[in-house]
Amino acid sequence: MNQLDQLESKSVHILREAYREFKSLCMLWSIGKDSTVMLWLARKAFFGHVPFPLVHIDTAYKMPEMIEYRDKFAREWRLNMVVGQNKAQLASGVTFPNGKLTRIECCRALKSEALKHTLSGEWDRLRMNHTTGQYELDTNREPYTGVIVGVRSDEEGSRSKERYFSPRDKHNDWDVDDQPPELWSQYKTAFAPGTHVRIHPLLDWTELNLWEYIEREKIPVVDLYFDQGQEKRYRSLGCGPCTTPVDSTSKTVAEIVAEIRTGKFANIAERSGRAQDKEDGGGLETLRRDGYM
Amino acid sequence: MADTVALEREHMDIVIVGHVDHGKSTVIGRLMADTGSLPEGKLEQVKAMCLANSRPFEYAFLLDALQNEQAQGITIDTARCFFKTAKRHYIINDAPGHIEFLKNMVTGAARAQAALLVIDAEEGIQENSKRHGYMVSMLGLKQIAVLVNKMDLVDYSEKTFERIKTEYTAFLDQLGVHPSAFIPIAAREGVNITGRSELMPWYSGNTVLGQVDAFIRPSENLDKLFRMPVQDIYKFTAGGDDRRIVAGTILTGRIKVGDGVVFQPSGKESVIKSIEAFSAPERTQMEAGYATGFQLTTQIYIKPGELMCRKGDPAPHVRRRFRTNLFWMGRPPMVMDKEYKLKIGSTQVGVALAEMNQVLDASELGTVLNKQQVDRHDVAECVLETTRPIAFDLRNDVEPTGRFVIVDEFEIAGCGIILEAMDDSGSLLSAHIRDREFHWERGSVTVDERTKRSKNAGKLIILHGPYGCGKRRIAKHLERALFDRGNLSYYFGISNFFEELDHDVHTRNIGRERHLDKLGDLSRVIVDTGTLLITTITDADDFDLEKLNLLNAPSKVFVVNVGDNTFGSFKVDVELSYRPDEDEAAEKVIAELKRQGILTD
Ligand SMILES: Nc1nc2c(ncn2[C@@H]2O[C@H](COP(=O)(O)OP(=O)(O)OP(=O)(O)O)[C@@H](O)[C@H]2O)c(=O)[nH]1
Ligand SMILES: [Mg+2]
Repeated sequence: MNQLDQLESKSVHILREAYREFKSLCMLWSIGKDSTVMLWLARKAFFGHVPFPLVHIDTAYKMPEMIEYRDKFAREWRLNMVVGQNKAQLASGVTFPNGKLTRIECCRALKSEALKHTLSGEWDRLRMNHTTGQYELDTNREPYTGVIVGVRSDEEGSRSKERYFSPRDKHNDWDVDDQPPELWSQYKTAFAPGTHVRIHPLLDWTELNLWEYIEREKIPVVDLYFDQGQEKRYRSLGCGPCTTPVDSTSKTVAEIVAEIRTGKFANIAERSGRAQDKEDGGGLETLRRDGYM
Repeated sequence: MADTVALEREHMDIVIVGHVDHGKSTVIGRLMADTGSLPEGKLEQVKAMCLANSRPFEYAFLLDALQNEQAQGITIDTARCFFKTAKRHYIINDAPGHIEFLKNMVTGAARAQAALLVIDAEEGIQENSKRHGYMVSMLGLKQIAVLVNKMDLVDYSEKTFERIKTEYTAFLDQLGVHPSAFIPIAAREGVNITGRSELMPWYSGNTVLGQVDAFIRPSENLDKLFRMPVQDIYKFTAGGDDRRIVAGTILTGRIKVGDGVVFQPSGKESVIKSIEAFSAPERTQMEAGYATGFQLTTQIYIKPGELMCRKGDPAPHVRRRFRTNLFWMGRPPMVMDKEYKLKIGSTQVGVALAEMNQVLDASELGTVLNKQQVDRHDVAECVLETTRPIAFDLRNDVEPTGRFVIVDEFEIAGCGIILEAMDDSGSLLSAHIRDREFHWERGSVTVDERTKRSKNAGKLIILHGPYGCGKRRIAKHLERALFDRGNLSYYFGISNFFEELDHDVHTRNIGRERHLDKLGDLSRVIVDTGTLLITTITDADDFDLEKLNLLNAPSKVFVVNVGDNTFGSFKVDVELSYRPDEDEAAEKVIAELKRQGILTD
């Protein structure tokens, strides 16, 4: 068993535990490489099927290629695709790109808040109708009690302390100082009413592992990750105004793997292209406690 | 740093443990810094932060990322660090040393295949140096290296090092643990971390880095008995898929297409027809470590939670009572007479603390406490009893199927290893029945007199079948038919109420047990009045009905099965087809009741 086989099996095991234990389960799909690998792992776990909805929070500032890609594969793989958004905030125009919020405040409004209320079912959810190929209002407003999220331990300090099954209280808060024990493939699957559990199948993966796996499995990822001739590519995807491309001439998955394994990115943190990480001294912990992933 | 490609790369999880402030995080921080494993700019960033807050720089800040950790200068939760050498990729789990965070230390240690245990040379062996040593061995880690840290504070004295080595070796001996090495280090000074130091010419062994690479990756349990907990059974019909797949992660051993398999505790058998996978090359053989799925040659009815074994291999134990070593992490203690949930493999079952043998203070082995409960951070040797039989191995035979966790309310509060399978006859259930019968005081009307009057003996009649099979309709119709012919019959509909509860995954097993217990006790009374008590049950197995038989003794239950018969060796009294005609069904049941002499006219 090589390292990728080990990582894959562990993630599959976690996904199957989640599916058995949580009646109202969903997976967050940000369209980035991490959650796309996670989606692929779900197809591995359930033998080609994805037996729960995929939730995407659309900040309206995502790059258009990402939305195109999302809908293409939602149709092709017949995914149960659900989209949520902070419509009121966008309508008010109070955002960072409009110069009315800091980056962190903007993240909080368009991601944290939107996520929280989409998961709880308080705000409208749009769901893809596969007959028409269009999104329509989802009649299911049941809160999701299990939420599968593609975070990794190596991304940032507080994430290195995460559990595979990580409880959130009634206010969506993460109590980092008092987390449940986890051992021998037994996880926290029981939870009090009103609380929910986040499930992290990718905790043990590094950026290099992900790209190696994408290469091995030939997983389609969005073109923004590759240099299109401008000698620039995205290493991590987010909202257009807050994500900058890195200088790189990698045009294929194999070139990216080489670049991360031994090349220019071997020792440079992945999220270095994300502007909002630099604003907050306590790292993402404040935002994470707040429910932003 | 050079790196191998994924296909041939080895991976290992390591944990670093030891008493609070003995320097665990510093060892890891230093190891990362000295091997160039930190992301560019990270060290400078932490140094700048310390300067800005006018605090001395600590290597530990590279790992103690939580705000509270930096404020208090301690590790609260285990951090995972990614680290690589030319030999392999590592995840190093930096565990906290403070007793308050023992559950976090356990979480980190349980992930690892090898441990580094840190002891402060000046402070010497402390309470948690021992407790962590004990926990590491209980969690099943076989490889431990001891780092004697802060040698700078004892003038790099060989004598001090040797004294700690002798004393700690004696302690580990009691646990049957034999450390791979003792290494004198000064983590903060970078001594013996990645390079040998002039300061201790008397030491010629490995550095920490050398020792980490010297750990051996344990063989993946390939040569053991085949064991796979059935995690789930899938039948996804989308896109015309008609596969029925038994899914799970193989814990030990290997299996191939054509092999016979036995599921425990049901004892049902089948043969592997195919190994299923999505977007992967076809395989005819699978082995420990893989999360996989199988199709079987026959459509047997099994449930998630069973243990899949190879036919002909030594079988696991199937019991309700077993002796364990149990470690408790919950704030409320584990007490007798309370029902908890036990999780082993993919099974969840109700469990109670049946007998306490002794409580061990893990920091001072041998201190035996006479207690009737297990307090936080105690290790207890005790007997547990589950509400239904489970399949398991002894920890020394097959480790992964010989260990379990215990859930109190919503939290994992305990973990343990199974030492011995016990005889079930002393069970809490039999004690309950003995007690009940002993106190049963009879009136003056005899059973015969009752039978003469209503032309029937008392009996619990169970209609069993899946949801929607028509069993409730038949049950009510049968009540009417019996009543109309002059018998004493009663349809007990309340059980449907209990069954609604069973839909919830979390109460499914435990709620169901309680329901059966109640039904058993209640029917014992009503059957004694000479009544034909009719009720319905969904999705029962052999054990459920045998338990009802026990609770109904001296009477036996009368079982009418509707639809597919999913029982193993249990013999039902009447078989009906799915959604049968009610008149025909009642007729068939009445005929059998007559044949058995339950209806006397
Ligand atoms: N003199 C000396 N001090 C050291 C050495 N290694 C670590 N220390 C100091 O010991 C203190 C505790 O170090 P940590 O690495 O935080 O200890 P820890 O074992 O991780 O502590 P917890 O995780 O809270 O249990 C810090 O102030 C370190 O600077 C050493 O080799 N020599
Ligand atoms: Mg520490």
